[in-house]
Amino acid sequence: MTIEVKNIVKKFGAFAALDNVDLKVGKGELLALLGPSGSGKTTLLRIIAGLDWPDAGEVRIDGEDALGHGASERHVGFVFQHYALFRHMTVFENVAFGLRVQPRAIRKDEATIRARVKELLDLVQLDWLANRYPSQLSGGQRQRIALARALAIEPRILLLDEPFGALDAKVRKELRQWLRSLHNEIHVTSIFVTHDQEEALEVANRVVVMDKGRIEQIGSPGDVYDNPATAFVHGFIGESIVLPVEVTGGSVRLGGQPLNIAADGAASGASKLFVRRHDMQIGPAGTGSLEGAVRHVRSFGPIQRAEIALSGGEGRTVIEIDAPRDRELQAGEIIGLQPRRYRIFAAQD
Amino acid sequence: MSTETSFVTRAASLRAYASTADLAISPPAIHEVSDRARRIAASRNLLNEPRPIRFIIVALAISFLTIFVVLPLVVVFASAFSKGISAYLAALTEPEALSAIRLTLLVAAISVTLNLVFGVVAAWAIAKFEFRGKTFLITLIDLPFSVSPVISGLVFVLLFGAQGYWGTWLQAHDIHILFAVPGIVLATIFVTFPFVARSLIPLMQEQGTQEEEAAISLGASGLQTFFRVTLPNIKWGLLYGVLLCNARAMGEFGAVSVVSGHIRGETNTMPLLVEILYNEYQFVASFAIASLLAMLALITLIVKTVLERRLDEGQTPRDISRDDPSDH
Repeated sequence: MTIEVKNIVKKFGAFAALDNVDLKVGKGELLALLGPSGSGKTTLLRIIAGLDWPDAGEVRIDGEDALGHGASERHVGFVFQHYALFRHMTVFENVAFGLRVQPRAIRKDEATIRARVKELLDLVQLDWLANRYPSQLSGGQRQRIALARALAIEPRILLLDEPFGALDAKVRKELRQWLRSLHNEIHVTSIFVTHDQEEALEVANRVVVMDKGRIEQIGSPGDVYDNPATAFVHGFIGESIVLPVEVTGGSVRLGGQPLNIAADGAASGASKLFVRRHDMQIGPAGTGSLEGAVRHVRSFGPIQRAEIALSGGEGRTVIEIDAPRDRELQAGEIIGLQPRRYRIFAAQD
Repeated sequence: MSTETSFVTRAASLRAYASTADLAISPPAIHEVSDRARRIAASRNLLNEPRPIRFIIVALAISFLTIFVVLPLVVVFASAFSKGISAYLAALTEPEALSAIRLTLLVAAISVTLNLVFGVVAAWAIAKFEFRGKTFLITLIDLPFSVSPVISGLVFVLLFGAQGYWGTWLQAHDIHILFAVPGIVLATIFVTFPFVARSLIPLMQEQGTQEEEAAISLGASGLQTFFRVTLPNIKWGLLYGVLLCNARAMGEFGAVSVVSGHIRGETNTMPLLVEILYNEYQFVASFAIASLLAMLALITLIVKTVLERRLDEGQTPRDISRDDPSDH
């Protein structure tokens, strides 16, 4: 099932939570809405589910106007950050809820409902918890039950609001992989909201990066990481070194010193140079367009992470780089640095 | 108090673990916990008064309660039975007494039912929606608590009395509100309105709207959501409010006294009859009725204690998610 969002505007007082958002989600996609808190991603998800209403715009699910229907008629599975399991019902009854509240005409008989719930509990591998109450489950178990409950109504689309946000790091990692394999199995069009870039890049087919109520970039995980469209995306996804530079004509200057890199068509004026930590080439002093003193080195696994105080200009700039361990760096050493890949964005944001 | 104790035991077990594991550097979490435990322990020590002082404090509290609560209760029952059990029963089966009991039950039944509905609706509106004038509504709900019951009764006299705003119109249409059952019901509703709403608002606010949103996204209608999700979640709080509302409805004197007109065998509720009989020196009869009200109070207290325990359990569900390391 496809989802189409057109020109959605949502204001809370003077604050624009969503500012003209357009989005298309294809059949069977697993899409991540990624952004810092306050970027409007949860509001967008709630509007698609029918739990919030936009001030303007259109929402189409499978081509059909969704805003004409309330949340209960949209047939959308919603998984909440804090699970929202019914605390007075057993796990079994929680999962069965969506089937039991169906209109009498299409409601299944008790045996069918039981079989369906059993099937779903098997799917989330928690059939042995059927008679427990939510308060007796761990966080990870609760979230999987919440997912089973949402799937019980055979939703047209599945929406997950920070599904792993309330879990600890280890459980979160496991559930991530589990969610992706589950999606491969059932292929329901899904959108999940997260502020965790790693989660978005690892789980989703496509990532939508949002900031301040606008979509900054839509692309595959590799795309948003390797070709960030804006300074915000570059800074938000992956670890970046950011240096204030001045672009004049085709040359780039840092603190008055020209850097030996092309401006790549960046407009003249105050700009920011973005370089990934691992895209900084190191060499002996005097090579490369930057120079700095190694202050501190930590080595782990295949890389060494070095803190380097750049010399020249104001000389107070300290950057962190990741370098392979083929040439061990020493504290106090002066080295040359050359950005291998970089992006230059205008400085205003 | 219970959370504090469990915290202390947890902190203690954590510290015990730390010492057996012989951790050279105590992790910050354990450090914080033991710090807080120490503070709690210190505050306990402050309360560790010498025995005589503790004894005096407890004795003071008990004797105060004895003089002001237990003794009056004993006096009520002693006076009621002073002429023997047959006189007691005779007093209760007087037509006037029976009529008062019937009226009290009727008034309580109507006003508690209506306040149950009003209370749930008001609490629902306040806890689950954001709207202009919400604080004003909360203040309004509390109004009956802050106004003297006599004033509450007087309001209805001003509205429905012969010289009141709607008095002439009512008289012309032969509708009796004042000095009749409707007036008593109205006054009782007014006085007991806050109980249900007040006991539900904090509970519903704490529970939030997520479970309702989940129910709706699963296809439940508004009514299904209310009866299958909201109501089960608030049932103990609701019962608690209803119980207090009922106790007050049956025991209300001031407001009812103003609007009742004291027509014997017709508009006298139990509390009013107690006063009338007492003024007529019919002590046994007066205290016999009073003993019924006292028993109602005792039953209310017992049920209230039970309900409070249930409510506590409901609000702090046994949360094992953090203690369970074998998540998957």
